[in-house]
Amino acid sequence: MVRKIDVADITRNIKEMCIEANHFLSGDMAAAMEEAAQVEKAPLGRQILCQLQDNLKIAGEDMIPICQDTGMAVIFLEIGQAVHFEGGLLEEAVNEGVRQGYTEGYLRKSVVKDPILRDNTKDNTPAVIHYEMVSGDRVKITAAPKGFGSENMSRVFMLKPADGIEGVKKAILTAVRDAGPNACPPMVVGVGIGGTFEKCALLAKKALTRPVDQRSDIPYVKDLEEEMLKTINRTGIGPGGLGGTTTALAVNVNTYPTHIAGLPVAVNICCHVNRHAVRVL
Amino acid sequence: MQIINIRKGMDRRMERHVQAPMSRETAAGLQAGDYVYITGTIYTARDAAHKRMQETLEQGMELPLAMQGNVIYYMGPSPAREGRPIGSAGPTTASRMDKYAPKLLDMGLAGMIGKGKRSAAVKEAIVRNCAVYFAAVGGAGALLSGSIKSSEVIAYDDLGAEAIRRLEVENFPVIVVMDSEGNDLYETAVREYCTLAE
Repeated sequence: MVRKIDVADITRNIKEMCIEANHFLSGDMAAAMEEAAQVEKAPLGRQILCQLQDNLKIAGEDMIPICQDTGMAVIFLEIGQAVHFEGGLLEEAVNEGVRQGYTEGYLRKSVVKDPILRDNTKDNTPAVIHYEMVSGDRVKITAAPKGFGSENMSRVFMLKPADGIEGVKKAILTAVRDAGPNACPPMVVGVGIGGTFEKCALLAKKALTRPVDQRSDIPYVKDLEEEMLKTINRTGIGPGGLGGTTTALAVNVNTYPTHIAGLPVAVNICCHVNRHAVRVL
Repeated sequence: MQIINIRKGMDRRMERHVQAPMSRETAAGLQAGDYVYITGTIYTARDAAHKRMQETLEQGMELPLAMQGNVIYYMGPSPAREGRPIGSAGPTTASRMDKYAPKLLDMGLAGMIGKGKRSAAVKEAIVRNCAVYFAAVGGAGALLSGSIKSSEVIAYDDLGAEAIRRLEVENFPVIVVMDSEGNDLYETAVREYCTLAE
């Protein structure tokens, strides 16, 4: 059975999700931020985390974006094979949603048309869209506006098989330490291991959209996530990079099969404004 | 320079109120770790505005704002809703302005507000000119907007969020990260809480 979805529904939902994600943290992130403010040991770090609590409250109540960098819109679409889109092109519908969300929602237009010529598109389009075909007749939309303070500190490491899991741990720690205060800690660390050069980067990006209180169901990956979170929180970087015991809120790792000759690792760092709104149509 | 002498030998981090623009003496009296509330007039500029200011100087023309004693806030706000002076207004990563900052500091720029590490050249220029680098809390743009009482684009309007704005601020909260003695809070504070072997 084919299920028809009007692309106008995609536009409307993406518009709303861009606005929502930029003013309200998802429940998992809000809870993690609240807990961080209670457990941080450094006085200045605690003060910063309390300010971030106030910031979230003001953002939601007064409808001021949590951060002025309202990001480049990264949109994940998981499309059931039984879905048929009608009423226009899907890609145009997504970009129209971003356009409406960013212009009508008082969000900052941070996208330039060309990376070298750098003329602003003035409506934050285009989005970066990732399509995935899945079974079923639903469409799952994840809107993850990504700020570039942390994006700029992200890395891909083409490790060798002999580097093993110790090499992976070293890569994650290197990326986090290099990021330091630039990435607006406490950060969320998305890691992709395996695949190819571009696949591991996508795995890392997608890992950031997983709730921060949800661990991998692969035992060794879960252990890696927990161990790296502890290690990162011993670096001393702390809230705002000004010293403390809360440097990361979570390490989310996704894996994928890879080539006999390789061990690609991507570390996609996100600030504490780790935005992800999810809807299923 | 009396202030410097008073501050020397004092270990305690202080909460302080300062006016902007600020004198060299005021800037020199601030110490890494001080929690500072700024009141007065500051200016925004980020990547594109700095690039254009650099080009302006290369052409031997005058900048749209005088550097002497001023504080530049590395910030590009989100649009203001009706009846509000500004939208979300937190700091952007300062290191992207490192290429331009030493020249502006040598021209008298007294302070910079941003977030994140600075280059050795910027650090040297801060010490050389008795200036100061403040961090505002990154990702706290909604909160920080409350300390901004007015905002007016004074140059480069075509750059949109990246235009140069004159801001009137009241008790704008920042932390001194780099002071005129070359101290860097990012290094010292992180060392204090690091429990990992190098």
